Amino acid sequence: MNRPATLLDDVLTLNDDDEPTQKGRLILVEDCVETSGAFVLHHLIKRFLSSSDNIVLFVAFSHPFSHYDRILRKMGCNLAAQRENKRLLFFDMLMLECPDDGVEGGLIALYGNIYKAVEVNSSNKNVTIMIDDISLLEVAANGSTKDVLNFMHYCHTLTTQFGCTIITVLHEDIYSSGDEFTFPLQMEYLADITIKTEPLITGLAADVHGQLTILDKGTIGRSGSMKGKIHNFRYKIKENNVDYFYPGSRA
Amino acid sequence: MADAVCRVLRDGALEGEHATSLTINDSVSSPFGPTVFDYLFTQLSSFISSSKSQSRGIVLVTFSRSPSFTAELLKNRGFDITKSHEWLRVLDCYTDPLGWKERLRDRGVIKAPVTEASVNVSVCKDVRNLDDLFSQILALGKGLVGDGKNRFSVAIDSLTEMIRHTSLSSVACLLSNLRSYAQVSSIFWLLHSDLHDMKAIAAFEYMSSMVANVKPLTSENTDKFYLLEQSYKRGQFHASLKRRNGRVRIMREEFSIENSLIKFTSMETGANAVAQSLVPKVQFNLQLSDKERSDRAKVVLPFEHQETEKSVQIYDGRKSDLHEINGVPFDNLKKNEDSGRGEIIYFRDSDDEMPDSDEDPDDDLDI
Repeated sequence: MNRPATLLDDVLTLNDDDEPTQKGRLILVEDCVETSGAFVLHHLIKRFLSSSDNIVLFVAFSHPFSHYDRILRKMGCNLAAQRENKRLLFFDMLMLECPDDGVEGGLIALYGNIYKAVEVNSSNKNVTIMIDDISLLEVAANGSTKDVLNFMHYCHTLTTQFGCTIITVLHEDIYSSGDEFTFPLQMEYLADITIKTEPLITGLAADVHGQLTILDKGTIGRSGSMKGKIHNFRYKIKENNVDYFYPGSRA
Repeated sequence: MADAVCRVLRDGALEGEHATSLTINDSVSSPFGPTVFDYLFTQLSSFISSSKSQSRGIVLVTFSRSPSFTAELLKNRGFDITKSHEWLRVLDCYTDPLGWKERLRDRGVIKAPVTEASVNVSVCKDVRNLDDLFSQILALGKGLVGDGKNRFSVAIDSLTEMIRHTSLSSVACLLSNLRSYAQVSSIFWLLHSDLHDMKAIAAFEYMSSMVANVKPLTSENTDKFYLLEQSYKRGQFHASLKRRNGRVRIMREEFSIENSLIKFTSMETGANAVAQSLVPKVQFNLQLSDKERSDRAKVVLPFEHQETEKSVQIYDGRKSDLHEINGVPFDNLKKNEDSGRGEIIYFRDSDDEMPDSDEDPDDDLDI
């Protein structure tokens, strides 16, 4: 299916044919209250489901299936049909609550389920794991940041073992006090690509809803080169899609 | 210079001395700690594999990279992977650090891994037990170089991860034990300085004979996008080396990432670039060209600033003074004898005149 690639797609060279070793990245979407990063997640769901080589494993902590179905339907993607075809595996974790002493056990079980699903599917397809969102995962783990970081580390091993892509959302502004400020930093160190949504320095605007900064640490590609890149552009969220543009390029 | 640091690691420690140790500190604003670590690791490995160093082998403890990444890295740098078992052992603390996969396998949830066990790589399944980790490192090292006088080096790719699983004091204890082990020649490790408090960073710096800091190019706030972009391609490398005689040598270098390689350049060019960025950007040229600089040096300054050896000679109108200066009689130049004291001699025009009289002196003009 040929879609005109948006600026975001151009920048996120995830399944680039030139660099097959680029598979297996951990992408962190950092957002805040003023600029929600949910649209990035929706865009990526649609993008990954549009290719028949991909399977999406969605671990949902914040919204039920119907929410995503409604939004993606407006964007022209039928999630219910994809779920029927087993192209979308939806893990509804809204009711997950680990017992106080069994947090690690609960997360191990979740990891086990994810691993099993990836193992079964990765022989002939690319698996993408999406976790929405990691801040709520922390709540489900009774606030145990340590166990959540261990869980994310194990998810990272899936990228090297099976070449799958992992996308997770983190709300950066809820961590600004005391010791817990290190959690976003820990995730930034772990992630290969960080996508930050921030409001404009100049404040609210009708035509621009915010700015996206994409920090790509780069990996060792086939030629041995490590291409770290940074991109920054603006976006405007419309009814059915999102416009991405460089500052000053819109009339 | 980074190469100087490599040479110190290569030369190792003398008999009876603690092993040479290096801390590499980075932060999220200049996240090139892993790149610098890889550079030092490959440099030291090349010395070791060609038998040009004190140590005969190296044990790499990986927390944040998979063993396949290390193999890929060595291959890209031109090493012969098939011979790497002669000088390299990897203690893999990345794949299953807490034994979760083993537990899941025991429960039958997941199958056994497909990856073939490599002779170089041992998997650590419990990084929380540092005593065990210590024994494993020593066992791997002795497996490489044997018992006896031969020595090996140790590299830990993320001390931050190790501290996260255990505690500052136990990690410090492990490093201290490694340093004092006779067969360890040199150790180096990477620390993410913004994830630890000052106490932890200071503790490891005290234990190190060398400290390397990876910093962004300018310490200004990186809100501006172009500065952020620069900091993703270049940075500063500050190293301090403690010598045996107690002196500390401090070095600064700039580095830039080109392709896969990190290139270190001297700091002077860098300093100029920073200084020039402080000059305000206006439309006229505020810099001096070389010709202009040399012309400026040739300008003859007025009397008072000539700074010649002769004392300042000012003609004050007294013809009677005729002194010899430098053995040559001078008529026109008079020496000012009163150069040390000031004196005003006033000859009044007329003694009749009252000072400050109210008379208008122009009154006797007859025009």
